[in-house]
Amino acid sequence: MTTKPPASPPTVTPIVQLANVGMTFHPETPNATVALNNIDLTMAPGEFVSLIGPSGCGKSTLLRLIGDLLTPTSGEIRVAGKSARQARLDQEYGMVFQAPVLLEWRTIVKNVMLPMELRGASRTDQRARAQQLLEMVELNGFERHYPWQLSGGMQQRAAIARALAIHPQLLLMDEPFGALDEMTRERMNLELHRIWKQTGTSVIFVTHSIAEAVFLSTRIVVMSARPGAILHIANVTLPRDRDITTREHPNFFALETEVREWLRKAKGYEGAT
Amino acid sequence: MKKQLVQNLPALVLFVAVLLLWEGAVWALSIQRFLLPAPSVIVEAFTSNLARLTHIGWFTTKEALGGFAIGCTAGIVVALATARWTTANETLMPFAIAANSVPIIAFAPILNNWFGVDNPFSKMMIVAVIVFFPMMINTVRGLTSVDPAMLELMRSYAAGELEILRKVRLPNALPYMFNAFKVAATLSMIGAVVSEYFGGNRSALGVFITQEAAQFRFQNAWAAIIIACIIGIAFYGIVLLAEQLFIPWHSSLRQENR
Repeated sequence: MTTKPPASPPTVTPIVQLANVGMTFHPETPNATVALNNIDLTMAPGEFVSLIGPSGCGKSTLLRLIGDLLTPTSGEIRVAGKSARQARLDQEYGMVFQAPVLLEWRTIVKNVMLPMELRGASRTDQRARAQQLLEMVELNGFERHYPWQLSGGMQQRAAIARALAIHPQLLLMDEPFGALDEMTRERMNLELHRIWKQTGTSVIFVTHSIAEAVFLSTRIVVMSARPGAILHIANVTLPRDRDITTREHPNFFALETEVREWLRKAKGYEGAT
Repeated sequence: MKKQLVQNLPALVLFVAVLLLWEGAVWALSIQRFLLPAPSVIVEAFTSNLARLTHIGWFTTKEALGGFAIGCTAGIVVALATARWTTANETLMPFAIAANSVPIIAFAPILNNWFGVDNPFSKMMIVAVIVFFPMMINTVRGLTSVDPAMLELMRSYAAGELEILRKVRLPNALPYMFNAFKVAATLSMIGAVVSEYFGGNRSALGVFITQEAAQFRFQNAWAAIIIACIIGIAFYGIVLLAEQLFIPWHSSLRQENR
């Protein structure tokens, strides 16, 4: 696998840098809604950061701002050392949504090839890379299937393969396993962890599940209710390699409790606006 | 194949039963031939005139196909424009809706005057105008009713409008367009035959039907209607086949036991 040349030493360029980012929907109208306030966050390459917070706290909005699918009303966002817009145009990140969002008229392999097609890669390169990715997400043998022929978990694995197709430095994931049952979800967590280690890509992961956040992350960002702000950042003091025994690690329960207590405080913020 | 036969058996039985009832009623009640010829008489007229019937049938089919092609192409082109530019949408849509509420067949004599009674083009234009609206409105719906998450996905890959059109909007519109093709296939045959009732080439199906009816040779008129039915069903069947070929992925065509 080819990787992008490392940023010039000695200072490593942060993969994501948020400075005083704010987002107001419908500004200067009676319906103006402040979704995010004063978000500061710096993320080093290779980190796995989870965003967790009450519903409507702007986690998904923040993810879309980083992906330049929305434009912030204040502050600055830099992705891989570039403006968020330039990073999007250069296809620096891959995105995974809550729904798999596979194109139903394309077979699985063609779906995975889509981002490479848009980049103008050669047909043989596209095929080879897609094959490699489908093996990584354990979907080999399903290349010629259509999305509807696959289960929800398999469809989401295909979506992850598609997001990784262009070797992104950053993976933006918006509750990717929210629609899956608990068993599938835990298996997908293990797989995502393996993929994260294997590719070395940085991940921003929006979730509602405390256990999922603790299991996967290197850091967990706890956000307050609207207007969303960063309440607390928990450093996950677990070994970098996670496996099925991680959930029984002595620190696991303590971390869950730490996040849960901050989430409880997040609720209290609701009256502040 | 056998399963299909069993599935279609009730319809087949009903068809044969109706024919037998018709035949029996005509003989038993001695219904006069100019009112309702017996099926056997119609079949006789059909087989003895087969060469002429296929000739005039093909003439009208060409008109229907020509009109279908012109109308569908125009519908798709206008749909692409309205889906792409809101100004085009706002300018054209009121006219398209107004045009749809006009009984287009009423224009047949006028178009005959414009292009010439004998000219197949006058019939093609009628057919084209009739199929235009269902084609356009369905295509617009298909192009615009795209899952917003798909557009977000394409944007995340920095895809341009043209790429989104080619890779998302058009494939998304195909099932809608095939529904329109099915409607247009039936409408185009009806449009061609009915517009020929207002005069046309002597070797046209509609002209043949009116002339035979005027001379009380109703069994021949019936035989011509059978040809029109066969052509209409064949046209529809071809669209169905094309649909299976082009959008096998669509939910209406999935074979669950694959």
